[in-house]
Amino acid sequence: MSANQWRRAMSRERVVPMRAHPVMPAQTMPVAAALDPYADSNAPRWLKFLWRHLRARHVFVAALVLLFPLMATPFFTYQVVAQSLLLGLIALSLTFLGGYGGMVSLAQMTVAGMAGYAMAVFGTSSSAEISLGWPWWVAVPMAVTIAVLCATLIGWLSVRTEGIYTIMITLAIGVAFYYLVLQNYSIFNGFQGLRELHAPTFLGIPWREPVPFYYLALGCALAGYFAVKWVVRSPFGIALQGIRDNPRRMEALGYHVVAHRVAAYAFAGLLAAVGGILMAWYNALMTPGSVGTSWLINILVIAVLGGMRHPIGAFLGAIVFVLLQTFAIDLIDRERFNLVIGGVFLAIVLFSPDGLLGLWAKFHARFGSTQT
Amino acid sequence: MKQTKRIWIRSVLGAAAALAIAGSAWAQGQPVKIGLLATLEGPFAAGGADGMRGAEMAIKQRGGVVAGRKIEVIKASSDAKPDVAVNATRKLVEQDKVDIVVGPLSGGEGIAVKDYSKTQPQVTFINGSSGAQSTTLVNPSPNFFRFNTEGAQWMVGLGQAALDKGFKRVMVIAEDYAFPYSQVQGFMTEFCAKGGKVPIKAWVPLGGKDYSSVIARIPKDVDALLVVLGGADAVNFLTQYENAGGDKPMLGGSITVSQDVLNYRGKRRDSLVGTLSAGPVADAYTGTEWRAFVDEYRKSYPVSAGGYPSPSLFAYVYYQNMKAALDGLAAVNGDLSGGQAKYRDALKKMVLKTPTGDVRLDDNRQAIGTTFVTEVVKDAQGNLFNKVLRKVDNIDQMLGQKKEQFQMGTRDVPNCP
Repeated sequence: MSANQWRRAMSRERVVPMRAHPVMPAQTMPVAAALDPYADSNAPRWLKFLWRHLRARHVFVAALVLLFPLMATPFFTYQVVAQSLLLGLIALSLTFLGGYGGMVSLAQMTVAGMAGYAMAVFGTSSSAEISLGWPWWVAVPMAVTIAVLCATLIGWLSVRTEGIYTIMITLAIGVAFYYLVLQNYSIFNGFQGLRELHAPTFLGIPWREPVPFYYLALGCALAGYFAVKWVVRSPFGIALQGIRDNPRRMEALGYHVVAHRVAAYAFAGLLAAVGGILMAWYNALMTPGSVGTSWLINILVIAVLGGMRHPIGAFLGAIVFVLLQTFAIDLIDRERFNLVIGGVFLAIVLFSPDGLLGLWAKFHARFGSTQT
Repeated sequence: MKQTKRIWIRSVLGAAAALAIAGSAWAQGQPVKIGLLATLEGPFAAGGADGMRGAEMAIKQRGGVVAGRKIEVIKASSDAKPDVAVNATRKLVEQDKVDIVVGPLSGGEGIAVKDYSKTQPQVTFINGSSGAQSTTLVNPSPNFFRFNTEGAQWMVGLGQAALDKGFKRVMVIAEDYAFPYSQVQGFMTEFCAKGGKVPIKAWVPLGGKDYSSVIARIPKDVDALLVVLGGADAVNFLTQYENAGGDKPMLGGSITVSQDVLNYRGKRRDSLVGTLSAGPVADAYTGTEWRAFVDEYRKSYPVSAGGYPSPSLFAYVYYQNMKAALDGLAAVNGDLSGGQAKYRDALKKMVLKTPTGDVRLDDNRQAIGTTFVTEVVKDAQGNLFNKVLRKVDNIDQMLGQKKEQFQMGTRDVPNCP
């Protein structure tokens, strides 16, 4: 988003209560308003809100994600979609930092890994001498808190740098954490990591089973998605985008630039932490491999692949990523399937620097309505 | 136009062919789907590819058909990380619906796949070449079978051989995970019991690039180094140790001096000559069945087609496990009904005929088998190979200790400084 767009977004706040989606035809708004039966009534606010903003495609997507497990095999539900959702949630934290805060951090997987490891250490695992065995409703908040604190620290360390130096410093932190968990045996159990981490049974539902886990991941992903959408429209989010576009001017206006950036890291850390706990439950283990360099980069790949200008990009990117990782080996029955994965990533980034969202926007601009 | 027509013809032909294949398969009974998991990425990529060759050989020997049922192989790959291995296995089991899984390759993966196998009781899991002790010692899974001996068993006999060469003090340099722990235990149990000393153990991360700190720690008064590193790691260490002017004789772990290491073209290569090691394979073993196996491997995968001059440990162990899977299938006449109960029973009771001797299973479905103690020598063409010093039969997982005394290998067990 350029500085111009940001200014427009700011001024639109008063005129149009909700910012229209950039690709949505502008004309639909007044039509919908004219038919709004709740316009003058004293109906509850949420009903008015839903009527005004809910469209057919929203209902369609909601129905699709809610009914998905009924249509697909448990394998697809669990390994493809649930994994995409949790990876998307971690990538979403990077999309938020990068797209709205202008800070590309490679340490988001590290934050997720910290939450996962904390969960393993406080909760139960196969290594009884390490794990404290606390119930999940203590361990989960602990893990999230620790990860958010660490994310804040990482942010506090790296916000004084810009651009490539932020990438460098967060990469350094990520690699340092990787070697810490690889070589520490008393807490992290080294290369073998901690195994048999399972989602708890709560309300009589075994959350580790594919379908419940899918809904758990879906709930967290949706919460993360809407939280990001809400935050970027809140005064804090607008200020953050202002800082992204022109930190000096924002400082002159009296905003505390460093505090805003650190707070952005903390919020992104919260998203990544939730994703990290889901990841630990999904894999049922935490090993250094899950926080290694390849995964730090993979999260960036997912975010870039989907596109950083809208929170949905992270989830789109994650689905493409997981589908490729899972099925590329079936496309060419050789030892060369990594070539397919690399080739597809290259093609997407080459033809659309803005990822899949950019492809969609291009497609829409060419074939869709031209009224935007 | 022409193109659409061509596509039409092709799809019709394709459909006809698919029908024909489906028809013939139906006539012979449903095909048996076997998932084959090895590492085609990461530090063991070369070994994983050779493992796949070995498994394919076992299928080829039976012409791809067992008891009238066609064998359909679905390959999967990991990069030696447990989570990746479980994801790949889950795809084989839940998406591709295989009946039998053969794999994975490395120790940590083996433990993770064994954990997963407990949640899929309808599928039989047969190990690939993973050699961690705890896979079958701690919480064994009733549907996980291992027809290869594991890391500790592979090193039995090396301790005696080292003492015979006059090595009294040995420093251990090994990767920091389950498989090397087992290997070191297999060596030290015998070595320490017979009076050897191990003053320092250096555990290095898997996939490490820089060994300078380890090389600096090598004390002057040790007689030899026990190097338990695999694939690219071993080559990295050898190069750096040579550059640092190192000259200690070496003892190798079972995968340190496997074919894929012997084939690297570094300068240090020649100094590998004389290295003692132990493992379930030995290139120069003269048993007739083993020679026939090697000849067949060479014929199927000549060096020009990417094969090795002699099958690597991975190729052989994957061959062994895949052969067990198929022999078991033949023994029950292809009958996988009743939750594969008959099949598993046949596997448990089977005495597997392998090119290196008979293999039986113990109560934890773990192999009792043979180990070779070998020495690296150079042949007339300049190829390095492992000459057999000694063949040790009937090694079980307790390494000759009593069950009560036995403690699994870790970083600190056993210990004799």
